[in-house]
This record gives sequence, structure tokens and C-alpha cells, in this order.
Amino acid sequence: MSRVHDMGGRFGDGAVVPEPESDPVFHEDWHARALALVLSTGAWGQWNIDISRHARECLAPQDYAAMSYYEKWLAGAAALCVDNGIVTRDELASGQGDGTSDLAPKALKPENVASMLAAGGPADRPSDVTVRFKVGQAVQTRKIAANQMVDGGHTRLPTYAAGAKGRIVMIHGTHILPDSSAHRLGEGSEPVYAVAIPASELWAQPEHPKDEVILDLWQSYLDVAQ
Amino acid sequence: MPHDHEHPHSLLPPEPALRVKALETILTQKRLVDPAALDEIIDIYETKIGPRNGAHVVAKAWMDPDFKAALLADATAVVSELGYYGRQGEHMVAVENTDDVHNMVVCTLCSCYPWPLLGIPPTWYKSDAYRARSVREPRKVLADFGVELPVDTAVRVWDSTAEVRYLVIPQRPAGTDGMDEAALMALITRDSMIGTGLAIAP
Repeated sequence: MSRVHDMGGRFGDGAVVPEPESDPVFHEDWHARALALVLSTGAWGQWNIDISRHARECLAPQDYAAMSYYEKWLAGAAALCVDNGIVTRDELASGQGDGTSDLAPKALKPENVASMLAAGGPADRPSDVTVRFKVGQAVQTRKIAANQMVDGGHTRLPTYAAGAKGRIVMIHGTHILPDSSAHRLGEGSEPVYAVAIPASELWAQPEHPKDEVILDLWQSYLDVAQ
Repeated sequence: MPHDHEHPHSLLPPEPALRVKALETILTQKRLVDPAALDEIIDIYETKIGPRNGAHVVAKAWMDPDFKAALLADATAVVSELGYYGRQGEHMVAVENTDDVHNMVVCTLCSCYPWPLLGIPPTWYKSDAYRARSVREPRKVLADFGVELPVDTAVRVWDSTAEVRYLVIPQRPAGTDGMDEAALMALITRDSMIGTGLAIAP
């Protein structure tokens, strides 16, 4: 059911290793190059952030676990290039690009980088979906953390928070639904809420009775608490 | 002839630096990527967009109650006025640490992070250990950072599962009355704005 990226609450990962703020932004030159390369592919307009995330999540679990952060980004980009007919497998294998792409006019130019980063990609959209919940209301999440439209598809309800009771603490407006958008099924915008869930609802041994986890969840992930 | 069942990344060289170079070369040859644009992206995130942006916002919130109230009410509008709107910071929410509540931010599903205010996330933020453990045992994760909270303080862990990005306003340390903006900014660490650290006591 779940995919490898859905690791919230997992045991066995060991210590978190802090690093000084004075450390370089990029620890290796290729990290910087990978980040910039992947960001620049967005300029072609061939996919959105949800499709990109799903491409990384579809890596084989053993690859996902073995790869560093920027390797996952790169692997996701390579998959998207092939799946969308932008680069062939033969080109990847040979290391040589064969001719100018039809998408070349869309390539990101240096003079457009700053404005592209400053413009961002807001996810809020108008929606006809009626806001169902109000702040303070008791809700519960779907029992099964899975895409309802595509088997094994993208969703943003983590497994650890499935079937949990909480309360609405913020209404964020109406945003693109990743479960739909990641599979080119339309934006499907609907209300998004911050939902506070007591740690005791999620974990066998919560650290403290007052602790909470707050998740941003789409309306279709939620129901009134039973 | 490569096999279709192979994941495309496995067709590239095994060594990561060479893998990046190979894909950049192919895309450059196809006129899909201009290497000078990549240089520009790197320069912006190395020299222009980083955690000093967030520290500027927090220092202003510490100094000006009206600014803080506006920030807590509509962070996106307030940080946009300071020029800190942009990619991965399109929908901002600020949350304030108090004696009663300590806020901490994670993204368990990937590595969502408020880039315009804090820059590119540090390695630990993107690590499996932080993503896996923060929601279940935030106090043990804080201990990895040398932070111990008072016993009555509740922890609120914000899992960034949508396109909303969170900025923690750390508590202002005692003994900082009368400090100017620049002096306060020096106390506001990146980690204190993620919630894995506290502001530095002068």
C-alpha cells in the first residue's frame, strides 16, 4: 500500500546529525548542479510539482533508500524526461543528445532565472467545493492513506496519520489536489486545513501528553469525527 | 540497446557527479538547458536567498508587536512586502514559540521547506532520520540538537504535507532589550526558525 518515501514515524534511522549554519549551501559541486538542472527542467512546462514528486516516489525502494537527496531528484528528472518523450533511453545510455528538441524555445535563459524563482508556483485556486469544516471542529482522517483515483498513486496523507482523530486549527483556502494533479486528472481544487492530531492518537508511546502533530490535509482526506 | 524495464537513471553513469554531468550534457546538446542559467540559479541560492531573510523577519517581529500580529495573521502578505515571496514560499504561515508551546517543522513525505526565507534546506532536514523521527519523538530529536524543553512545554510538530510553508518565530531571549535589528538578527539561527534550535542568548 504505502511507498518508500512515506517514512514518518519509522524506527531505526539513528541520530539526526546537525550541521553549522556556516557550512556551504551545497556540500558538493554536483549537488548544486543537480538542483539547478532539475529546477531548470520546470521551464519546459511539461509537468507540475505533484508529477515531479510522484516520479521520485516511484523509484524502487532499494534505490530510494540508497540514494542521497540530489540523486533522487536527478533520477526523478531522468524518468520524467523519458516518460514524456523529451529524451530517449538511447540518449541516456550513450551520453549524447541527438539533435535540437522541439521544446528548445522554452529553455530557461539566465536573464529569466531571478524572475522565475521570484514568481514561484502558487497552489491556491478558486474552487466550487463547499468548505465543510470550521476551525475547532473534530475530524478524522481516511482510514487508508491511499490515492482514491489511481492505485498506488500520489497522495499527501501519510500512513502514520491514517484513521486518526484531530481538530481543525486553520483553513488554508482552496488548493490544487495532488492526488488528481499528479496524474494529469485536473487540478481538482478543494479546501485544505491544518489538522492537529494528539501524539497519543498516533503513537504507542507518545513522548508527552500535550504533544501534537499538525498536518495540512485536503478536505477529501477528512470526515467528521465519529 | 537499453531494456525498457530499467529505470532511466540506471542508464546514466553510476557515480553521481558523472550522472549529473551526463544529463546536463545531453540536455545542453538538445538546447533544452543553458548552463549559464544553472550558474545563475546556484548563485542566487548561494549568495542571495538564505536564512538571513528569515532572521530579518523574526527580528522585526520581536521589535514591533504590530508587525508580529500582522505576520501571524497573514505571513505571505507580510514577507512579500519585504521581498521574500517566491518559489517554495508561496503560502507562508508563521507560528510563535511561547513558554507553553514549542513549534517544530518537518516534511515527512519529501523535504518541503520555506526557501525564500531559509534558503536550501540543510542535509539533516532532508535526512531519513529527521523525516522519520520528528513526528514520533520530537524531544529525542531536539536532544540530538542539544535542546531540552521545560517539562510543561507542549511540542507541536508541523508536517508540511501541502504547499503551505511554516516559519517558527523563536522566543526572544532575556537580556536583549534595546538591541537593534542587526544585533537581534545575529541571535536568530536557521535552526531556531525550523524549531530544532533556540535563539542564542546574548
